[in-house]
Order: sequence, then C-alpha cells, then structure tokens
Amino acid sequence: MNTYNKIVGYALTLSLLFVVGSCNQGRGNGGALGSGNAERVYVAPGEHDEFYGFISGGFSGQLAVYGLPSGRLFKVIPVFSVDAEKAYGFSEETKPMLETSFGTIPWDDSHHPDLSQTNGEIDGRWCFINANNTPRIARISLSTFETEEIIELPNSAGNHSSSFVTENTEYVVAGTRFSVPIPQRDMSIDEYKGNFKGAISFIKVDQETGRFDLSFQVIMPGFDYDLAHPGRGASHGWMFFTTYNTEEASTLMEVNASQNDKDFIAAINWKKAEELIANSDFETMATEYAHNVYDESTQMATSTIKKEVRTLDASKYPGLVYLLPTPKSPHGCDVDPSGEYIIGSGKLSASLTAHSFTKMLDAIENEKFDGDAYGIPVLNYDDIVGGVVQSGGLGPLHTEFDGKGNGYTTFFISSEVVKWKLGTWEVIDRKPTYYSVGHLMIPGGNSRKPFGKYLVALNKITKDRYLPTGPELSQSAQLYDISGDKMVMLSDFPTVGEPHYAAGAPADLIKPNQLKLYKLEENNHPHAVKNEKDTRVERNGKEVHIYMTTIRSHFAPDNIEGIKVGDKVYFHVTNLEQDYDVPHGISMIGANTSELLIMPGQTETFVWEPKKEGVWPFYCTDFCSALHQEMQGYVRVSARNSNVPLKWSLDGE
Amino acid sequence: MKKIVITIPFIVLGLMILCACGSGSQASDGESAQAAETHPLGQASVADDVSAKNILQVAIGSEPHSTLVAAVQAAQIEHVLVNAGPLTVFAPTNDAFAALPEGTVDNLLKPENKETLATILKGHAAPGSFNVEGLKKEARKGRKIFMANETYLEVIVDGEDIMVGGAKVIGTVQTSNGIINVVDKVILPN
Repeated sequence: MNTYNKIVGYALTLSLLFVVGSCNQGRGNGGALGSGNAERVYVAPGEHDEFYGFISGGFSGQLAVYGLPSGRLFKVIPVFSVDAEKAYGFSEETKPMLETSFGTIPWDDSHHPDLSQTNGEIDGRWCFINANNTPRIARISLSTFETEEIIELPNSAGNHSSSFVTENTEYVVAGTRFSVPIPQRDMSIDEYKGNFKGAISFIKVDQETGRFDLSFQVIMPGFDYDLAHPGRGASHGWMFFTTYNTEEASTLMEVNASQNDKDFIAAINWKKAEELIANSDFETMATEYAHNVYDESTQMATSTIKKEVRTLDASKYPGLVYLLPTPKSPHGCDVDPSGEYIIGSGKLSASLTAHSFTKMLDAIENEKFDGDAYGIPVLNYDDIVGGVVQSGGLGPLHTEFDGKGNGYTTFFISSEVVKWKLGTWEVIDRKPTYYSVGHLMIPGGNSRKPFGKYLVALNKITKDRYLPTGPELSQSAQLYDISGDKMVMLSDFPTVGEPHYAAGAPADLIKPNQLKLYKLEENNHPHAVKNEKDTRVERNGKEVHIYMTTIRSHFAPDNIEGIKVGDKVYFHVTNLEQDYDVPHGISMIGANTSELLIMPGQTETFVWEPKKEGVWPFYCTDFCSALHQEMQGYVRVSARNSNVPLKWSLDGE
Repeated sequence: MKKIVITIPFIVLGLMILCACGSGSQASDGESAQAAETHPLGQASVADDVSAKNILQVAIGSEPHSTLVAAVQAAQIEHVLVNAGPLTVFAPTNDAFAALPEGTVDNLLKPENKETLATILKGHAAPGSFNVEGLKKEARKGRKIFMANETYLEVIVDGEDIMVGGAKVIGTVQTSNGIINVVDKVILPN
C-alpha cells in the first residue's frame, strides 16, 4: 500500500512537472526563466532556417552567410581577400577581381553589407559590401552567392560610410572616412585644414544586370564621414551621413577630433545632384580606379582601369548639401521605416538625437540657418530636432527598427541593447550584450519593411563566452527574440573576422532564385571543352595548355607526357557534371597556387610551372563519389632538352 | 501489475498536456514530425528539377521498366540509385522479368524475400561508368565488371551485340550519376 501511494505520488508529481514545464516552454514572452529558449533557436535536422543573415567578415575581408535563428554558418563568400578553398584570387578566372589602381591586393577589411531594395523593401537580388582599407564596393549575387563585381573608389580613403543602397537600388553610396588631398598630391600634413577633402561616391546600379557605374562624387569638406543611410518614403532622394572630426585635425584624433560640442549629419540631396549631372553642370577630374567584373557566361573576370570621374563640389552648388548639427561625434546614422526620423548616435554622448525630416525641410525653406561650413548651410539645431532618447546608456552606436514603432540601439560602453519608442522617445527595455556591442541587425531593420522577430547583436569582445582558443576568440554574436514587449536573449554564436554591420532577409525571398548548376551549353569560357573527345594538350613554345574534363570519377586525360622543366602549364578544367552540388576539385603536387573547386558545368584554370623532372600526380580534392580516391592522374616532366613527345591519354586511348 | 496499470494514466495525462501546450505554441514541431514521416528515402526524396535526371528518376519515367522500379521500391534500395555514384545499372525490361518462371517476380516482391530481391538487384549494378564504348573496352581488354553483389560479370562482344552475364544490351542512357544499360534478361546469380 505504501509503495502504491508512493508510485501514485510520483506519477502525480511527474504530471504536474510536465504541465509546468510544457506551458513555460509554450509562452512566447516568458523568457525570464530562460526555459523554452532552446527550442526557439532549434532548427530540426533537414529543416531550413527562417532567415538568411549576411554578416560582414570584418578583417577577413569576406562575407559570412548564416541561418537564423539557428546561428549555423552556411558559407563564407570570398569578396576582398583571396580564398584558397574556393580558388578565389588564385584561379586565372578570378585573379582580376582583386586588381586595383595599386596593383593586386590580396586582402581587405569588409564592413557594411546592405541588400538591394525595391520600393524601400529588401528584394533578395544582390548584397553589397565595402572594403574599408583600399576603397572598393563589391556586388554579390544572391543567386550564385559569389562576388560578381568590385569597383574601386578614387579620392577615397577608409571607405567607411558605405555601402548603402537607395530605396530602389538606384545607387550604392559610399563615403570616405578619411579626408585626403583631392586629387592626391605631395603636401604637408600640417596644411590639412581647408585643403583635405572628403569624397562621397554615388555608384549607379543597372537594374537588369546589377552592373556598376561610378556616376559622380560629391566633394565635401575635410571631415571624417562615418556612416550613412538613405532616406525612404518622403525622404527618398536624400542620403544622410554622420561626420566627426569637423575640427579637421590630423593627429591625436581621440582628443583633437573630440573638441566640438556638435558635429554634423550631412544631408545630400542626390536628386538635385542628378539634375546637375544631367545638365552637364559638373567637373570632370582625371583619376585612376579599377572596375572588375565577373562574367557568368565566359566565367572569367576582367579588370579595367578607368581614368576619370565626374565631381560636384558641395561648396559650389546651393541646395545640394545641408549640415544637421548632432551632438558629440555621431557614429551610426539610421533612418526609421517611415523616413521621417534620422537618428544620430553621438558615440561620446549618452543620448540619441532624432532629427525630423519634415522640420529639416521647413528649416531649409525658411532658411533657419546657424552659419555655414565652407559655404554649406548649417541648419539650426533646435529647429530640426524631432526628439531625443535619454537612454541612460553609454556610447550609443547603431539603431535598427522593428516595424512596430520601436528603435533598438546598441551601446558599446555599457554593453547593452536599448529598446525605445519612436515619437515618445521613452525607453521600454534594455538587455545586456556580451560584450561591447557594435552593430546590430534586424532583418530588413533599416528599410521600409523590417521583419521584427529577431535581433542579432554583433559584439567586439568575447572573453569567456566560449571555450578558450588561445589569446584570440572569434567575435561573438547574440540572438534576441524581439517579438514580445521585452527582448529575450536566445543564443550566442561565433562569427568570422570582426563583424561590423549585417543584413538579413526572409529565406523565402532568396531560396527560389538559387542557381544549382551552370548549364554546359551556356558555358562560353574560351577554354571550355564540352566532352571527353575534345580534351587535348597543346604546346605553344614554353606554354602548354591542357584542356581537361572531369566527371565521376576520372579526369580526361589522366596520363600526360612531354611536359618539360621550365614550361608554363595551364590546366583548363571543365566539370562535365550537370548535377546539383557535385563539384570536382583538382590540385597538382608542387603547384604554387591553390586547388580549383569547379562547379558543375563550370571551367576553371590554374597554372603549374614544373621545376623538377619526374612523374608528378594530380588528384580530385573534393570527395565527389564512391570512386573519388581513384580520381587521379600523372604528368611526366622531362628535361628541357628532352625529345619526349607530347601525348595524352585516358585508359591508354 | 495493478500498480503499474494505475500509474500509466497519470503519465499519459502529463504527456497529453505537454503535447497540447507544445503544439499550441510551436507549429513547427508538428511540421517536423510530419516531415520525418514523409522523408524515409533519404537522398531519393530531394526535390531537384534543375539537375540532369539520375538513374532512379530515369527508371521511374520509363514505362518498360515499371517492374524494375517496383522491385527497387520493394527492396528499399532507391537511395543507392540516387547516390553520387558513379554507378552503372543493367536494367531488365518488363518483358525480361515476365520471361522468368511464373510466380518468380510475385514471390520476390513479398516482404519476407526483401534480402534475396536486393541481392538480385545488386547483381545488376556496378560501381563505375560503363557506356557502350566502356563495355566494348572491357571486352577488348579482358576486364570483368565488379558488381554490387560482389560477383564479376564478363562482357562479350558478339558482332553487333554486347552481352553481359547472358543478357543483351539493347539501349544505353547517360544519367547524372551514371549509366543505364537496358538489357533483355534478368541476370541471375549462378
């Protein structure tokens, strides 16, 4: 009887635990106890995430693609740095992508991805990202998830207030962080003030192909241009940039660029600029910049050096630019979904300043000016401020929006995200981050239509968040559920390089447009071979071209003789597969380059310069099939003066 | 016995509440459970209308191979035919199966004969890609083809005919993951 009672008691207790446990998990907003968070980020095996996250690779120079809410890393897309895994910058086809007016550069520092938009809403066509060090903007196809185009920006240095798209992707806009002599010349640094200038570049985007054209640059005073966002809705046609160092200092900037009580948000009327350009009212300046394009049809990149750029000096064109005083070296420059409020986060301040676009227009109309800077009107602060968020945090940096009337701002110094209400400017919630958060991202969070379900905080310092990996830990991200009144932290995940900005999009916007393979009949690579019968080896002096194919599970040809020490051997390899996710790789012993990783239907080329006599093997580097280990071949290398004839074969034929 | 019987309802009650709350708040739970039930074929269930068709897809689309497809499904070896391969399948036609002694196919399709059926079917599949040219080369070079049931098949070229394991090759189809050689006989183990 006792045993019976005990068992019944256990059973009842168990039942109650189930009830309590299950219902806690079921509540969407009851995150205080932390229960149920696991299932909110859990994506079952074989299931897909709800959102794509495109997170800048920071000082890796690349772009990382994540799934949200799982935080799973899907791909690192090489953009500004070489990537031996994907032969980016190593294959003959992709080497031109990294050309600049300074020559080939194998690395950069990628910062701010932004997605193409139509009518102010993200549309899933392209992702753009800036190189900060040697100023460039890249366009990444969201069909192939590969970098298709890179354009260098002349007159720029520290390409930081970039790469932000206007509401219909008319332009990708890029602003210089460092002002420099324009054009560059040998001059004393002491003469910075008044002589150095800042260039803001407007890159026109072809709506069919996505191809870039550097349309014009607005030449601004010698401030530092930090971040930017486009106007939207009523403010469409304007672009807003935060500035600091309006002191125009050039040394010990942490002190000398922090002297002014207020710096500016520069409001550029690009519709006005378009009129000036259309009326040929601009100056053409001689310069040099590289424009690199990858052609999906020929599967080759080409690099062209361009020689001039159209410029508009902001001081000379009334109505082109206005300056909005904003407290204390503002960093983030964020525009709410309606386009009415332009938020400046004074990084040395505790508060946020929200300028009103309506008031700005009124101040311009009625000339409520507070002087000028180099002839550019400075609007009267009190006449344009729409509101101030007294946050209580320290070091505000960036703001995103949820589309439900709320803003979310990161605070670097106080390591937190603060949620506040547009219009009333009251603080609603605050949650710590781990640690020292920089950017944050809500999918679509800087567009007309945010998807306010998740927020990703991108932190600069990691410390104890993961198993230690020596002195450096990869930067951490935190995922928050923002669907309720209060934010709930769901998970941590590591990132690649130091992520700056990120962009997110619903998976359904991007998934249907995926390219699964390159059709062989559409492969117009000049060295493609479409079947094994056409494979061959050709000698032209010391240059040897091998026209090779791959298919499960062999190379054709796979035995080659007649190569000589000192030859320059081009392996042009076409993957004959027409099957999704079946690439082949190839690598050659002693080749001073990376492997190739060739997608189905694609042709790629690597160069091998044999230095030693012998018989040297090559093999498939990507486990392609059940007979992958058999996918190998030999090249016989003879002395320079040998008479071994050039011949090639597969299975002796 | 009695004690156990009494406790079960309480546990069931608890589970029912758990399930009720869970499904109410997380629609995706139900979806994943459903997905798990409808995906028993592994790679064979991957939706892909862009790639060239694989061996299984070609076979399913070929009316003269409906018996072979039924046999593959009964033996539950579909995923082998969509794998990365490369694979060569000697595919007997419906007529070839019909030529077997009466009742043979029906007998093989019974669940209790699944293993036997699988062994017979694997005797029709070889790792590697052997199209007509490849088969002729095997014959010319005196090489035998190693089959998935661990037997070796000799290729004999007789005039215009190519014979494999006593079956005549009457057609060849290139697929994304290998080759289908249509044959006029079922190849049975010795």
